[in-house]
Amino acid sequence: MTDSRIITVVGRGVVLRGPDIDTDRIIPARFLKTVTFNGLEQNVFADDRQALKAAGERHPFDRPEFSGASVLLVNKNFGCGSSREHAPQALWRWGIRAVIAESFAEIFASNSLMLGLPCLSVTEHDMQDMMKLVDADPAVGISVDIAQDGITIGAHSWPTTIPAHTKDALTSGHWDGAALLLDRYDEVEATASRLPY
Amino acid sequence: MPQTLFEKVWSQHAVRQLPTGQTQLYIGLHLVHEVTSPQAFDMLRLRGWRVRAPHRTFATVDHIVPTASQARPFADLMAEQMAQSLERNCRDHNIPLFDLASGRQGIVHVIGPELGLTQPGMTIACGDSHTSTHGAFGALAFGIGTSQVRDVLASQCMAMTPVKVRRIEVRGLLAPGVYAKDVVLTIIQRLGIEGGVGYAYEYAGDTISRMSMDERMTICNMSIEGGARFGYVNPDDVTADYLEGRPYAPTAAEFPAARARWKALASDAGAVYDDVFSLDASTISPTVTWGTNPGQSVGVADRLPGSADVDSLAFMGLSPNQPIAGTKIDVAFIGSCTNGRLSDLREAARVIAGRKVAPGVRALVVPGSQAVRAAAESEGLHEIFRSAGFDWRDAGCSMCLAMNPDRLHGREICASSSNRNFKGRQGSPTGRTLLMSPAMVAAAAIQGAVVDVRTMLGVMA
Ligand code: SF4
Repeated sequence: MTDSRIITVVGRGVVLRGPDIDTDRIIPARFLKTVTFNGLEQNVFADDRQALKAAGERHPFDRPEFSGASVLLVNKNFGCGSSREHAPQALWRWGIRAVIAESFAEIFASNSLMLGLPCLSVTEHDMQDMMKLVDADPAVGISVDIAQDGITIGAHSWPTTIPAHTKDALTSGHWDGAALLLDRYDEVEATASRLPY
Repeated sequence: MPQTLFEKVWSQHAVRQLPTGQTQLYIGLHLVHEVTSPQAFDMLRLRGWRVRAPHRTFATVDHIVPTASQARPFADLMAEQMAQSLERNCRDHNIPLFDLASGRQGIVHVIGPELGLTQPGMTIACGDSHTSTHGAFGALAFGIGTSQVRDVLASQCMAMTPVKVRRIEVRGLLAPGVYAKDVVLTIIQRLGIEGGVGYAYEYAGDTISRMSMDERMTICNMSIEGGARFGYVNPDDVTADYLEGRPYAPTAAEFPAARARWKALASDAGAVYDDVFSLDASTISPTVTWGTNPGQSVGVADRLPGSADVDSLAFMGLSPNQPIAGTKIDVAFIGSCTNGRLSDLREAARVIAGRKVAPGVRALVVPGSQAVRAAAESEGLHEIFRSAGFDWRDAGCSMCLAMNPDRLHGREICASSSNRNFKGRQGSPTGRTLLMSPAMVAAAAIQGAVVDVRTMLGVMA
């Protein structure tokens, strides 16, 4: 069996500023018209990227200095809106292996966990410092330590927070929980049989 | 010890504590639609798993169906493929599917309650964030992602962590022309779009108690727009009366016992809440969003905040301190799981009766289900809409999101009874959405601009 434990993520960062980036922006609904998740990475942030291109600017996901980045740095309430798993899927398929935010919408965080995509929170102040650092030197090495609750960018480190069960699921490799739910199924049947409906 | 409804229903469905510390929660009702399920069924096949409880699983098609003509095959081949994929999956796994030919098709959050599938005390999951709608019945109902759809199909369970409960007490009388939509937009504006993260919202108080099930559904529907994955109302006689006689509700013989059981699920007096928020209903006015998230709203008689977010304003083409009334619209959309039920159509029809849609405005009414459409037609509402110049459509999600032919073009501005005003939500990357009640949408359609519906209902000078 392959080792599914996710303990550290090492790579470079991509900085995406702005609060409340919703799932319709991460992957617009028209790209959900598909029966697979394949190819979603091509349309991640499609409308935002197009709008910036039309204005003669470049979205972080189009800037060469961020290509190949695997750690996404964002602000607060990232992933609010719909329950579409297509959003973390699109990010993951683009190459993102950890998302660091001031805060996350709940369903986005739980969908990300199902893919083994860690979502870690830091304070607003720390995020500002981290973004500045990565903007100034996009090639700087980043190391996210899920087990030790910390992130290191170049020579600097900050604490991260993550719900206890998420940390446990990632570091023990049990983030894909389906098998766990099928375990001891007699207990499930007992619960179901006690229900009045 | 006194308990909240959340605690009672949660403990009834808790199977065991998982090694990760989460609770394995049994799911009493799983609703499935065409967009978030195909990959889940594929994952199931890949692992050789079967659907564990097909009798607790129901499906319909809503997001991708065209509403101008529902003839098959759909003109859009991708949409056709998605419909066929759902049909095949339901056939293979013995899951009842309310398809276009069933007379029971519609938006998943409209048909669940309408068919009596949704009942108090259930845990309800669906691959859709507006599953919170079903909480109006005193159920714990929440949106899930596709991998979780797979888990529920395979095990009828989910790994979950309990959330905190915030009681939102709304007291007092709503003024005429002020609706449930205005109440929930006001709650989101006050508590913020992130305010509900980590919470279930329990909506209570005399204002909520007086509300019909349709109105309670509108409120619970938008819990997720305030960040709360769950929203619910304690079950009472209004709840039970609504369900009595519906196809999947308990039979007449079983019903009195069910009614008593449901009412006993309500949060106990003296239950302890993690937070309480109070709102005076008499202070709420018809509310309109001006920005790109549902928390950015003002009363229709008010001006945009002077400190309004610059990015949102630039996208919307609006300025700080400008009045929202008078904002020209191009499209008027009445429908969605927030406001596509019969009472919504009645209120809108009341505003437009004998009037005409303003020249240049594209206006459409999309009933939330085939049953809503039929009921509206039997009351003649379709004639009122048509003679005013509205398009009268078949049931579906339509212009709430851009997965079917109904969409905005370019920078069009839409007065919409739906739930999200995110950039690009209605299908054009630069299209703009103003959220409001169905009556307010109707009024805007007639005026060609945002207007206080109370002036048209004759309840205000
Ligand atoms: S009407 Fe809109 S919000 Fe409701 S289920 Fe359909 S797309 Fe989602």
